Amino acid sequence: MEREKVIEVKELTKKYGDFYATNAITFDVYKGEIFGFLGANGAGKTTAMRMLCGLSKPSSGQATVAGFDVFHNPDDIKRNIGYMSQKFSLYEDLTVKENIRFYSGIYGLSSKQIIEKTTSLLSKLHLEEEKNTLVKSLPLGWKQKLAFSIAIVHNPAIVFLDEPTGGVDPITRREFWEMIYEASARGTTIFVTTHYMDEAEYCNRVSIMVDGCIEALDTPINLKKQFNAKTMDDVFLMLARKAKRQAD
Amino acid sequence: MKQFLVFVRKEWSHIWRDPKTLFILFGMPIVQITIFGFALTNEVKNAQIAIVDPSKDVSTTALINRIEASRYFEVKDYVTSYNEIEEKFKEGKIKIAIVLPQDFNATLAHTNTAQIQIIADASDPNTATVLTNYASAIIQDWQTDLNKKKKLPYTITSELRMLYNPELKGAFNFVPGVMAMVLMLVSTLMTSIAIVREKELGMMEVLLVSPLKPIIIILAKTIPYLLLSLVNIISILLLSVFALELPIAGSLPLLIGLSLLFTITSLSLGLLISSVTNSQQVAMLISLMGLFLPTLMLSGFMFPIENMPLPLRILSNAVPAKWYYFIVKAVMIKGLGLKAIWKETSILIGMTVFLLVVSIKKYNVRLS
Amino acid sequence: MKTLRYLLEKEFRQIFRDPSILRMIFMMPIIQLVILPQAANYEIKNVKIAVVDHDHSTYSTSMIHKITASGYFILTSIDGSHELAMHKVESDDADIILEIPANFERDLVKENEVKLLMSVNAINGIRANLGASYLSVIVRDYNQDVRLKWLQMPRFDEITKVNIVPTNWYNKTMSYKLFMVPGILVILLTMVGSFLTALNIVKEKEIGTIEQINVTPIRKYHFILGKLIPFWVLGMFVLSIGLLVARVVYGVMPLGNIGLLYLFSGCYLVAVLGMGLLVSTISQTQQQAMLLSFFLMMIFIMMSGLYTSIESMPYWAQVVTWFNPVSYFIEVIRMIVLKGSTFSDIKHNLGIILLFAIVLNSWAIFSYKKRS
Repeated sequence: MEREKVIEVKELTKKYGDFYATNAITFDVYKGEIFGFLGANGAGKTTAMRMLCGLSKPSSGQATVAGFDVFHNPDDIKRNIGYMSQKFSLYEDLTVKENIRFYSGIYGLSSKQIIEKTTSLLSKLHLEEEKNTLVKSLPLGWKQKLAFSIAIVHNPAIVFLDEPTGGVDPITRREFWEMIYEASARGTTIFVTTHYMDEAEYCNRVSIMVDGCIEALDTPINLKKQFNAKTMDDVFLMLARKAKRQAD
Repeated sequence: MKQFLVFVRKEWSHIWRDPKTLFILFGMPIVQITIFGFALTNEVKNAQIAIVDPSKDVSTTALINRIEASRYFEVKDYVTSYNEIEEKFKEGKIKIAIVLPQDFNATLAHTNTAQIQIIADASDPNTATVLTNYASAIIQDWQTDLNKKKKLPYTITSELRMLYNPELKGAFNFVPGVMAMVLMLVSTLMTSIAIVREKELGMMEVLLVSPLKPIIIILAKTIPYLLLSLVNIISILLLSVFALELPIAGSLPLLIGLSLLFTITSLSLGLLISSVTNSQQVAMLISLMGLFLPTLMLSGFMFPIENMPLPLRILSNAVPAKWYYFIVKAVMIKGLGLKAIWKETSILIGMTVFLLVVSIKKYNVRLS
Repeated sequence: MKTLRYLLEKEFRQIFRDPSILRMIFMMPIIQLVILPQAANYEIKNVKIAVVDHDHSTYSTSMIHKITASGYFILTSIDGSHELAMHKVESDDADIILEIPANFERDLVKENEVKLLMSVNAINGIRANLGASYLSVIVRDYNQDVRLKWLQMPRFDEITKVNIVPTNWYNKTMSYKLFMVPGILVILLTMVGSFLTALNIVKEKEIGTIEQINVTPIRKYHFILGKLIPFWVLGMFVLSIGLLVARVVYGVMPLGNIGLLYLFSGCYLVAVLGMGLLVSTISQTQQQAMLLSFFLMMIFIMMSGLYTSIESMPYWAQVVTWFNPVSYFIEVIRMIVLKGSTFSDIKHNLGIILLFAIVLNSWAIFSYKKRS
């Protein structure tokens, strides 16, 4: 069975002068999978992700995201992806409801759809009571879940998550990953970067970047076998130790 | 002590790493001096004037030549009616008009008297007054020349001597003001922001946990700005003396010492501001709106305090810059010594001590 | 365009929720317009004069009386020596010293000529100029009084005299406030337009929400319009408040067409918003944005003709003012408010401001267009 590819990356390179932030990386991501994008700080994962989101222009190579070329159609890409940044991307001085409304509107939902979405989102997250609360007053865990829900409010083909679970307790993290599973089951592809190696175990496939190159790309089970390691942590440590670059 | 120096060094590197800010902090006094010293002037000259000359005779021509020759006026137009004058005023093309009568020369010869009307655009009242006075003076000088053969009895003449600033250079008034402004900006504004930024970033907690006493931390933050202010004072003085030819009449060490005093006053103000807020934006707003603007207005350097209504005059006494401005004028321009300004200096010292005590107390309360 | 609508909704919500901005919008016009003109009073009055009278005659006394009766001067003291009077000048208790020589009365009557000495504290040039000017006028008037008293009419008639009739058009009351208030309104608008805008955008940069915007389908021009429009609206609102305050507190009623004023202000706002936008493209932190805006504004305000006239500047400085949008507006607002100038009078300035608006905004948009 030929699985549909939603992200195709071939020899994608970004260089600054003599410095190769990403060096001819090549990989594919299939529809509906949870793809973990790992690497130490400074390895190049953020650069790679930014190129795929249309935030940064590659120096050379090719990539398509959701069928659109990163060089020529970044705007089309943006319409078809969701994004959740490290800082959670919500407007702290707007209420829960206002944030939902804003992002839904930006992504082109009709007024009717916006109302429907708002109601369903609020009920799903159990935030009905908080709909008029300013986001800055919400506890971190709630913000996170809200941010994720908003990132997929327009049912994008792919959602990019940049270190989404920083600073929350394990229970909330678990709940967050349940949401990710749900989305994946619905057919949304998840592209997630993280530092937590236990989360790497939750992914369908994982790639590990070191010094701008992809040093490993496979399912967690296969990687552990390949490197003769008990946990993804060990796999990572083995690869990362080879790294010459320090975090920037 | 060594820890203190380590801290100061860290603060220094923060500042040096932000070249844009540094450029503005150093550049501002230089630019201000340049503008105030060379571009702005209170002298009124090259004013555009229109003339209504229906007679076009020997006398009117003579008079008009005098006006042309004066550096105060530039004869822009010859018009023929009041309507035209109004038009020119509305277009902003002229500031003043002189209306000469019909048969000027003939009337003068027969009746020994004639009437000239000066119409000034009084939207700027001061310029209007000055221009009217200049025009009148030119006309009267011409009249005096006419009468030279007939000597006027009972004449009171006056000799005018301009003290301290014989060439009426604007610099004399502005430079002390620029000094006060720049010191306030660098010391108060920058210090308060620097401290508050630390708070915003959450670094304050980290520092407080360190073995350094809080007061040391705060003081260390102010030292670099003290030095920056010193550099600014010196560059302003250098510029004034060499570029503006504004001599320092009094004692230089005294001037620098008193400027340092004012710097410390401004620093304490910055400290006080930083102790009442945790947000950079608020610190900025308070410093600018709440302190800088009133300082500008009420220190006496832009606008004369004597003209202000009573409540503002009283308020101006609470503005440290007002006292500093007085001191600088006294020492730098009038050449006076400490004896003449001991009252103002003590007030400044008193303010400084008060501000320091209050801010330190506030900090100790919050941090404990 | 729907995108823009949601963007604008969000912007307005954020602005109104920010207490410091609200405070500024209301407080600034009030403080600046109410307090500043009271302080910014260049009318010359209450000039302090110290008189040294060596004569103590009827004539010297009556001259002194005439001086104090004029209302422009406050008599600080009548001192016995020039030195004592100088002390008063040193302590700023006197601005001018008038020294009347001994035998003033006698010399005036017998010798037909006598000389007074005026020493003026010239540190403040305007004050010195005007103060000396007024004093001379009063002395001259007094001189005329003396002549009239002593001379027979026919003899007087031999002298050619030109009567000068000074008239003032616009601002008959010579109110300095009327002159300053419109100018201050311009400063207010400039600050709201450039300062607030720059700070707002840089704050988003600092927090990181700009990144988030970049990832969405929001186009660059949406983003920029989304910033310009709210602050433009805010600016016009501040203008209205300002005009209201000017009317209520100072009775300033524009002689010219208010619609014309709004038209020009609208265009001017676009230009200064462009300036604020530009500043935000070069600043990374709020502190930088603030300092840079402040620095630029200070230069613009000083060289705008607000309180020193542009014609008096040296040529190079005048050239600099050609590039200063503020100077054009200051000129126009005074023209419209005080002289009732019409559209054709200001169309030249309007054209230039539109040019500024186009250039500044295009420049800023071009800088934003670059992707990393």
